[in-house]
Amino acid sequence: MSGLLRTLSLLIGLLFIGAGPAAAATDIQRIVSGGLEAWLVEDHATPVISLSLAFRGGAALDPPGKEGLAQLASSMLDEGAGDLDSQAFQRRLDDLAVELGFEVDRDAFYGHLRTLAENRDEAFSLLRLALSRPRFDAEPMERMRNQLQAGLRRAEEDPRTRAQRRLFAAVFPEHPYGRPVEGTHDSLAAVTADDLRGFAARHLSGDALVLGVVGDITAADVKALLDALARDLPVAGTRPAIADITAAVVPETVVTMPARQAAVVFAQPGLKRNDPDFIALTVVNQVLGGSGLTARLFEEVREKRGLAYGIYTTPLPFDHSALILGAAGTANERVGETVAVIRDEWRRLAREGLTETELADAKRYLTGSYPLRFTASGSIAEMLVAIQLERLGVDYISRRNSLIEAVTLADANRVATRLFDPDRLSVVIAGGL
Amino acid sequence: MTANSSHGAPVGLRAGYALMFAVALLWPLVRPPAAHAAVFSPETFTLANGLQVVVIPNRRAPVVSHMVWYKVGAADEPAGQSGLAHLLEHLMFKGTPTVPDGAFSQQVARNGGEDNAFTSYDYTAYFQNIAKDRLGLVMELEADRMRNLTLSDAQVAGEINVVLEERHQRVDNNPAALLGERTSALLFLNSPYRRPVIGWEHEVRGLTRSQVLAFYRHWYQPGNAIVVVAGDVSVDEVRPLAERIYGVIPAAVAAERPLIDEPSPLTARRLRLEDPRVAQPAWSRHYLAPSARSGDGRQVAALEVLAAVLGDGATSRLYRSLVVDGGPAVSAAAMYDPTLRGPSRFTISASPRPDVALSTIEAAVEAVVRSARDGDLAAEDIERAKRRLIAEAVYARDSLSHGAQALGEALSVGLPIAYVEEWPQAIAAVSRDEVIAAARAVLDDAHAVTALLPASGREDGERDQAARTTGAVQ
Repeated sequence: MSGLLRTLSLLIGLLFIGAGPAAAATDIQRIVSGGLEAWLVEDHATPVISLSLAFRGGAALDPPGKEGLAQLASSMLDEGAGDLDSQAFQRRLDDLAVELGFEVDRDAFYGHLRTLAENRDEAFSLLRLALSRPRFDAEPMERMRNQLQAGLRRAEEDPRTRAQRRLFAAVFPEHPYGRPVEGTHDSLAAVTADDLRGFAARHLSGDALVLGVVGDITAADVKALLDALARDLPVAGTRPAIADITAAVVPETVVTMPARQAAVVFAQPGLKRNDPDFIALTVVNQVLGGSGLTARLFEEVREKRGLAYGIYTTPLPFDHSALILGAAGTANERVGETVAVIRDEWRRLAREGLTETELADAKRYLTGSYPLRFTASGSIAEMLVAIQLERLGVDYISRRNSLIEAVTLADANRVATRLFDPDRLSVVIAGGL
Repeated sequence: MTANSSHGAPVGLRAGYALMFAVALLWPLVRPPAAHAAVFSPETFTLANGLQVVVIPNRRAPVVSHMVWYKVGAADEPAGQSGLAHLLEHLMFKGTPTVPDGAFSQQVARNGGEDNAFTSYDYTAYFQNIAKDRLGLVMELEADRMRNLTLSDAQVAGEINVVLEERHQRVDNNPAALLGERTSALLFLNSPYRRPVIGWEHEVRGLTRSQVLAFYRHWYQPGNAIVVVAGDVSVDEVRPLAERIYGVIPAAVAAERPLIDEPSPLTARRLRLEDPRVAQPAWSRHYLAPSARSGDGRQVAALEVLAAVLGDGATSRLYRSLVVDGGPAVSAAAMYDPTLRGPSRFTISASPRPDVALSTIEAAVEAVVRSARDGDLAAEDIERAKRRLIAEAVYARDSLSHGAQALGEALSVGLPIAYVEEWPQAIAAVSRDEVIAAARAVLDDAHAVTALLPASGREDGERDQAARTTGAVQ
């Protein structure tokens, strides 16, 4: 998938984590066995099981010149494993109506599985095969490489993707975060089957694995899966250290390309997820450019001026850095006006902070909407994984809304005035022709 | 506003012009089915003023999804006013005498809810996801704007700008979407489906406040609406709320919707978009097909199975023939969405590898289609496809929104609840002979539309290198 999509879904995932309380339905059981741990939410209302997993360490681990390695690996795990070649493996999945897929972002490698409860054992067997005995045969490897390169060509046509890539390259110079998760045409061409095998051997290890399981399954079944995975996977992997980096501030940049509408992507340094002020940042961001149809930027850019169809901002924490990232699409001839409004709102926030009413509204939205994240087993499983990746604790879901509630106007305005800085805002525009 | 804010991706996709494409993508999740049980087990009742209410219990979280579906969409727009239904959808957030501009979404958000809306050919839908004890509040808000919308010329003019930016973002910035618009205009000779839901730009620019209000007053009334509530509620809880809040809206004269069908397609048609932005070429073929409303139910179910066998996933016929083992394409798929009032389409699409001509793709697809028409479809492949389709109905029950979406959509196009609830049995009953017969009836290359999106020939990254750094854009 495109970097932008990936980023957005990551963002949305993070917002969810940042979001709230909810439901007795989230009675989480910690299952620990064989050195592995899974979090389980049993729900027997529908005969469906959703499982999500993640290995810490993602595309930022790609060696220079082999960008896209993790992405290519993620596309290959279900393209043949064990004694099953690509078509045999896919046919097995389809016969059982099992949905299995893998994806990657800068910091982690993810897997998602959904199965009917009646096919649980076979579905888990296929998952284990994919993780521990991928074949990386030549035919599917060329096919996946071709598909990813086609995706790069399509992304090349899209102003927002182009702008976002340029922005990441600019604010993370000489750092893995500045390199494209999806790789480039040439870097994908440089990846060999041995690179993929090395990736799996070094990165898909038990010490890096977290799991979330939701649905029509018991603790004993999850424990059995953990025991089997513990046998299948290497205990420990090897990962090069990644340096922390503070996002750079760069001059406004234009990527000139033919487009009916220009994409404006902007970012400034943010806060990591473990920063004590991260929750306050979540609240402040909700007021500035958060989800829904009520944020300041939405009001100023869309409702008052009709400059764009959509505009948003979001905190974007990484393991080794953090951004506050935003994007909008606007007519080529009105880019200047749109960017000026964005900078003005940034300045207003930094100078004046929030009002009591804005703070209260944002908190009510963030706390009240948290239960909306708990309506499908797949989204709950993803949340269980995200919470473990960020080491927020098994009680996080029950604490989350009180963390939001505890944000005072002083907290919010400390973040607004100290963190937000129009002079640290990097802007990239793609379009213009 | 409306809908669809910048990152409401799923909703945004569903909204609008990209209907065929979006529905196809979402379809596996949205669609019903399950073995021999009912799928969503909804309950329904109708108020004295004609408003139908559907309740789908789902107890996973203490929340509800509240949707209002109006049985009107882009297909019902007067000639020369394309985009009107969608513009109205945006303007529905602009206020009433008691809920001023912007207050609707603000009230929903202050109560911890999410709201948005989307427009298609046959329906326009509004929804709020919110804590179950706020159901009355969002019902009050929707009941109010069903009849009391007020608009100024300035609001309409401002929102036209927003819609044009939406159009630029979704369509004009995307050569494949531009070609898709033109393809629909060529495939449908008579059906209003030939016009884009978001509207042609020159017509959107000319839409007026009086046109919007006339359309609104004619179509937005209780007898032309369906309220769907999914979540942690029972019909016994919903009924008194609905009677008190929606029941007081006066009934109005029933709005008539003509059903406009296609003449038989006598010709093959081709179109080719040359656009300098295209880096990855694409090929697609579109066959006129029956919808669940317009066609025979068995044939429609057979076409759904046919689409899965031919073009859904890595084991599908098209993927195996065109993509696997050094085939000419990087992707290949088939799509068919029967949930429409008027005619539907069956689409096959593929993207070539870099060194492959579109004509090579076309020949390869035609060979697959020919073999399907000749009956060369393995029973095993058909059974696998049916199993997957039926499993999707179980997966759909796992989510709050899919039931509300599937039932709202079906009822809006005039299908009964039983269509959704019995969908798995309909799929299970499809025979191999019926699939082959459906292929012969619909996959007629002599009467299809073929859309070509060739690459522009420029080198990847060429323009990127020409990018400059400047501080002058402000």
